[in-house]
Amino acid sequence: MAEANIVTVRKLSKIYRQGDINVTALNQISLDIKTGEILTLMGPSGSGKTTLLHIIAGIDRPTSGECRVQDIDVTRLNESQLADWRNQNVGFVFQTFNLIPVLTAYENVELPLLLTRLGRKQRRHQVNTALELVGLGDRSHHLPRQLSGGQEQRVAIARALVTSPSLVVADEPTGNLDSHSAQEVLSILQSLSQSAGKTVIMVTHDPKAAAFGSRSIHLEKGELTN
Amino acid sequence: MGYLIQILAMTLAGLTALVLLFTLYMALTSPIPFLYNIRSVFVRWRATLATIAGIALVVGVYVSVQAMAVGLEKSSQNTGDPRNVMIVRKGSTAESSSQVTREQFKFINYLPQIARDDKGQPLISADVVVLLSLPRKENGGEANVLLRGVSPIGMNLRPQVALVEGRWFTPGRREVVVSRRLAARFANFAVGDKFKTGGKELTVSGVMDGANTAFDSEIWMDADESRALFDRENYSSVLLRVDDPAAGKVLIDRIESDKRLPLRALPEVDYYNSQTKTAGPIKFIGYFLAMAMSVGAIFAAMNTMYASVGARTREIGTLRVLGYRRLPILASFLIEGAFLSFAGGVLGCLLSFVMHGYSIGTMSLQSYSETVFQFRITPGLVAQGLIFSVIVGIWGSLLPAIRAARLPVIVALKSL
Ligand SMILES: Nc1ncnc2c1ncn2[C@@H]1O[C@H](COP(=O)(O)OP(=O)(O)O)[C@@H](O)[C@H]1O
Ligand SMILES: [Mg+2]
Repeated sequence: MAEANIVTVRKLSKIYRQGDINVTALNQISLDIKTGEILTLMGPSGSGKTTLLHIIAGIDRPTSGECRVQDIDVTRLNESQLADWRNQNVGFVFQTFNLIPVLTAYENVELPLLLTRLGRKQRRHQVNTALELVGLGDRSHHLPRQLSGGQEQRVAIARALVTSPSLVVADEPTGNLDSHSAQEVLSILQSLSQSAGKTVIMVTHDPKAAAFGSRSIHLEKGELTN
Repeated sequence: MGYLIQILAMTLAGLTALVLLFTLYMALTSPIPFLYNIRSVFVRWRATLATIAGIALVVGVYVSVQAMAVGLEKSSQNTGDPRNVMIVRKGSTAESSSQVTREQFKFINYLPQIARDDKGQPLISADVVVLLSLPRKENGGEANVLLRGVSPIGMNLRPQVALVEGRWFTPGRREVVVSRRLAARFANFAVGDKFKTGGKELTVSGVMDGANTAFDSEIWMDADESRALFDRENYSSVLLRVDDPAAGKVLIDRIESDKRLPLRALPEVDYYNSQTKTAGPIKFIGYFLAMAMSVGAIFAAMNTMYASVGARTREIGTLRVLGYRRLPILASFLIEGAFLSFAGGVLGCLLSFVMHGYSIGTMSLQSYSETVFQFRITPGLVAQGLIFSVIVGIWGSLLPAIRAARLPVIVALKSL
């Protein structure tokens, strides 16, 4: 059953060197993530959640160990390959939304598609579908500053989905939202996994958010505690 | 030393061309939408406007100064008539330093190639050119003015010149017709005015217009009267008309090959095309100012672009996460810098258009007299100004763009 696990992490370590001091952000982590599950990563601040998420998503590199996503060892890809791989396989949702302020919701969502071979018509179709999925079909020409925090985050989710990646990673996606907006964002992420079969990895502080997941793991000082 | 500078300049030009081509290529192929750059430029509009204004100033100064040189060249090039042949003393570069004796004139008079008018008169005229030092209208200073003693046939040979006020001078009288352009700049140049030079009094009988030719910088009077008045034995130059270019060539060869005649004959067009020496230093000043000011403009653009990269670090990180590689990021900032500067270039050209057609006078380095001409902004100059602005923008944004492209994704993403 090679299909069962989308992510396989083995003895993954990340050590930051700060002068003479070594900070161990991740210590020999091994982990399997099943296709289609919503995995929530919990743990105190500084425990290494973001670091782990970034390595799985191909944004950061480990000091040692292996991280395979769909049978590709992302730690072995060079920068350009990694950029292309991210574009095709991973969707990102940040705590701070990270929309481009001068671009409209539509243009923000279209950004990842501009790197593909898709024509303008096909792109428009995909962007509109993604925006409708997050309930913002009528806001496509709004700039980020004309949207509420919850709406901004939904645009960010549309941007993460528009390329149909198999993996969606979210780093404290509700951290900057009020509870109502948080609820909306969480149910969208949940439906992604349930109806679209996507794998979602979500870092969160909030136990209520963790309840939306199918499985939860805890990090402490760079190690898994379960 | 000069060799080294040349190599340096060539290298710089080569590099500029390379970066320019790269930017152009990326502008056409880059996935990052150009709209993103245009809108970003105007987000920090205060800094942007200051930079645009700075670049506009540089481009405006450059285009205006070059427009002066072009205007000077144009007024000279407008002057010659392709059917006319000009004869001056061998070795003299201007009429004011030339002499043609009466014997020489008589000899030329009998050359068969000279065209004739309806009455069978040969179309040939010997002119006298005298420099007069006259007071300017403003600030009381004096400047040299070129006075041409001209015969009725000499006037027919220069049909561009038209009387616009008063009447032509009467032969045998101490009367002059001044050009409208000089009338605006010198004292006592209105119709009916009298002015003194070397103890002799002259009366202005009329005002003429030279249709943007060198004659706009002259005052005319009767040829014989001027020779008597200024005690001139010889003429300064001879102008004649030929029937066709072939006849002109024969006539020129005839004069040039005659060892007894120390004269130089050439098409009038060629003569006036060579009267553009004064444009050289003006062009040089233009280049020099542009060079000096462009250093400042490049640093202004660099400053703005560094600030822009700094403020948008997280955007850069986000784009990288979404799959954008380093090269499009680099290109995006180059394009943005080029666009910013181009906007400055457009503004600079628009500003310089205020000068277009404006008359200006300077002392000619050829005739040593006041030369009046107009600022002339040509499409070529505008293109130069715009290309110049793009180059400033690209050099100014190169280092900031490299910084943006080199940012590690993680670092960029974690910036606030
Ligand atoms: N660039 C860095 N340089 C040095 N130490 C870092 C860097 N990034 C993260 N760390 C350290 O690694 C540890 C894990 O950080 P992080 O993964 O961000 O934790 P979390 O997301 O769980 O709050 C922390 O101790 C943090 O200080
Ligand atoms: Mg974190």
